[in-house]
Amino acid sequence: MTTLRVNGRAYQAAVEDDTPLLWVLRDTLGLTGTKYGCGIAQCGACTVMIDGTATRSCQVPVDSVGDADIRTIDAIEEDPVGRKVVEAWVAMQVPQCGYCQSGQVMAATALLKQTAHPSDGDIADAMTNLCRCGTYNRIAAAIRQAAG
Amino acid sequence: MDRLLTAASPSPPSPRKDPLELQIEAQSAIALMKPEGVSNLSRRAFLGFGASALVLGALLPSMPVRAQAAAAAAVKPGTRIPAFLVIGKDNAVTLLSPFVEGGQGINTGLAQIVGEELDVHPSRFTVECAPPGPDYAVINGLRMTGGSFSTRSSYPLMRRLGATARDLMIRAASAKLKIKPQDLTTDDGFVVHAASGKRLSYGELAPAALALPPRDDVALRDPAGFRYIRQPVARLDVRAKSTGRAVYAIDQKLEGMLYAAVRHAPNQGTAVEAIANEAEVTAMPGVHSVHTLPGAVAVAADSWWRARKAVEALSVSWSAPARSGFDTVAADYASDGLLAALKSSREAGLPAEAEGDAAAAFAKAAKVIEAEYDAPYLIHGQLEPPSSMARFNPDGTLELWAPNQMPELFQSVAAQAAGLAPEKVILHSPMLGGFFGRHFLYGSANPFLQAIQLAKAAGRPVKVLWSREEEFRMDALRPLSFSRFRAAIGADGRPTAIQARTVGEGPLGRWFGAVFKDPVDSSAVEGITEKPYAIPNRRMEYVKFPHPVTIAFWRSVGHSMNDFFYEGFLDEIADAGGQDPFALRMELLKDKLRHRKLLETVAAMSGGWKRGPYEVDGMRRARGVSMASPFGSETATIAEVSVQGGETQVHTVWVAFDPGSIVNPAIVKSQVESAVALGLSATLFEELVYKDGVRQSHNFDDYPILSRRSMPAVHVEILESGAPMGGVGEPGLPGVPPAVVNAVAALTGQRIRSLPLAKNKIGV
Repeated sequence: MTTLRVNGRAYQAAVEDDTPLLWVLRDTLGLTGTKYGCGIAQCGACTVMIDGTATRSCQVPVDSVGDADIRTIDAIEEDPVGRKVVEAWVAMQVPQCGYCQSGQVMAATALLKQTAHPSDGDIADAMTNLCRCGTYNRIAAAIRQAAG
Repeated sequence: MDRLLTAASPSPPSPRKDPLELQIEAQSAIALMKPEGVSNLSRRAFLGFGASALVLGALLPSMPVRAQAAAAAAVKPGTRIPAFLVIGKDNAVTLLSPFVEGGQGINTGLAQIVGEELDVHPSRFTVECAPPGPDYAVINGLRMTGGSFSTRSSYPLMRRLGATARDLMIRAASAKLKIKPQDLTTDDGFVVHAASGKRLSYGELAPAALALPPRDDVALRDPAGFRYIRQPVARLDVRAKSTGRAVYAIDQKLEGMLYAAVRHAPNQGTAVEAIANEAEVTAMPGVHSVHTLPGAVAVAADSWWRARKAVEALSVSWSAPARSGFDTVAADYASDGLLAALKSSREAGLPAEAEGDAAAAFAKAAKVIEAEYDAPYLIHGQLEPPSSMARFNPDGTLELWAPNQMPELFQSVAAQAAGLAPEKVILHSPMLGGFFGRHFLYGSANPFLQAIQLAKAAGRPVKVLWSREEEFRMDALRPLSFSRFRAAIGADGRPTAIQARTVGEGPLGRWFGAVFKDPVDSSAVEGITEKPYAIPNRRMEYVKFPHPVTIAFWRSVGHSMNDFFYEGFLDEIADAGGQDPFALRMELLKDKLRHRKLLETVAAMSGGWKRGPYEVDGMRRARGVSMASPFGSETATIAEVSVQGGETQVHTVWVAFDPGSIVNPAIVKSQVESAVALGLSATLFEELVYKDGVRQSHNFDDYPILSRRSMPAVHVEILESGAPMGGVGEPGLPGVPPAVVNAVAALTGQRIRSLPLAKNKIGV
């Protein structure tokens, strides 16, 4: 039995130690806002924050998380920076199919928590998640807007 | 039909091959052929919305054949208000859409169109994909989400539907208030009597309103007074999609459901011969059962991760593929082998377009040039991996949640697979996490038949999810394509004749060949034929060469490679004749005002046409131009590139886009930006290679797609020429590959005739 702290709540999960955090979130805890895209940490659809750092949860074995603070898209609006990011995403009309956007919003929130006013270079370095709809320019614009 | 069957299901080399697959393919083909008369329909009539009453109800495979004709006669698609609008007592409006939302923004567009006439603000709509049914066959009797058809096919119908419903509300209010209809008006979901200030909500009027006979002559709003149509109304789904609340097929869950993971045969078309360790795998944690499927093994478990670990632990022996040949994916099948076969084909071509006397023009030419172009297989790469969920209900129905672009067809095929009547299959069509053509019916490339089979075998609801690796193995592909061009150039440097020979296969012929019997597959030659240029003598020919692999519609279909071929070669013509490529296009379009305007616009957007090379910040850059006429719309595109260390960097793409008229300028711009990104991804990076009978890419690490690093600035300008409404989702793509390749040629002198650029060494 693994104990996890997700979005400020404690959860227990009866899963094998090597189960990726992604699948514990989605199938065991029912938090399906975090998406599966590739399973090899290439696309970033599964991005969550672990102790404030954007992390691709498909490559995180659940037993490595310990009592770290896991934040997922499902509670993004409880976070003041996350809320600003969501408002910017809506204002810039970023999503198209939307499937990658959970991960994009999490990556952007983690970036702005670390760097309140990111340069274009900071955005390029931090925002490596893939988007098949090609919303990259709007994502960058939304991050700049959220940064104020 | 024989060809369709063979192509869809390579002949099984193993006697253990489940006959289910073949049977389903046959049924889908048959369903598409009904009723009589449809088979005479040309694609042109179909796509051009010609006077083809013939097709009304023609492709409604959800009902038995005879019932279809009767139902088609009884139901005029897009007219029965209760099939489309549900207005609750709380005045909440739900619109049941004929289309599937997958990022293109159709839900918002429909809310604008219906809301404009109904007088309800689009933001107050909830839009859901409608269940299967004849009411939704609004594309000339066909229902699908594709071909960039949704808005242009339904625009007049949906306006009329909204206006008719509004009229019913007014008449119901008139009866209730005993006030003449002409003294009543509406205001965002209410019928209003201005003189008395009385207001009745649509919600409270709806039951009485829907009982009234609808009129078929209600006046539509004057476009000059539009409030929602042509406005950049906010998308209905962005907040849910920015907060993880949007629900896709992969997110759905049923009580008592098992999760299933699948492993497909290493060689497509082979079958399971034996599983050596079924008992051990069945004993793994959470595993419910191990299954053999056509061309695959599956494990059902209490979580997907456990199912996946178990299915990968299975020790499976597979039947051997055929050794050689192009009838199946043989052991030696290779992309370069197929390309060589396309190039060496000597078969006589069928005329796809013929004008003037090309042979005579070549005989008199001052100069003749010739070139061969090719483009590779591509995956769709939609970020949501395919999944499907099936449940057999106690009342004898099968409930199915399956990503799809054609609900009635999926329902029909599901019914066949389950041995049920189509009306016993309840199909849900979830929002798509991207599609780009991925979710048409592609035989073994769709997971829903596996879900049905597993739910039946396990006796419980099952959700099948393909890992990204399985999706790379099974996705239906944009076909590898090849064309050979020749041009005759006169003494004045202008082209007098052009010839093209296209050898290959398109998805329309593969999947709808039973319906569109034209031996020239338009999806293989579009973008080479019907170009706007005044080259007086033309001979374009097509040779069908069926691929053994599963081929697909892919955003902009034949245009995705053919406009690259043609527009690249047109720059070669310009160079050979000593002409500037932009000036030559203007010259060849001198009688085509719509096209000239687009070229002028895109040039102005980019600060005036300049080919280059020129220097920016000490680096040499150059530009390329192209035009395309896809899906009833017109585009002109300019790309600016530089090359560093053999890699092409695209800095800016400008697109002037004329879809005739539009519904939502913000969504149109987003769609063009998105199409540019996908077109650029294909231009720069993408190539699915077959070698030794298997695909060489497995995931996004060995099949790179466009990332932020390679995303150019994109500028889009919409021109509304007033021409008949064209498509929006796909047309932004075809101009991108040739504009980029033409810019690379201007910069380096290197003419790229084979995509992607990544496999070519580019040097300044």
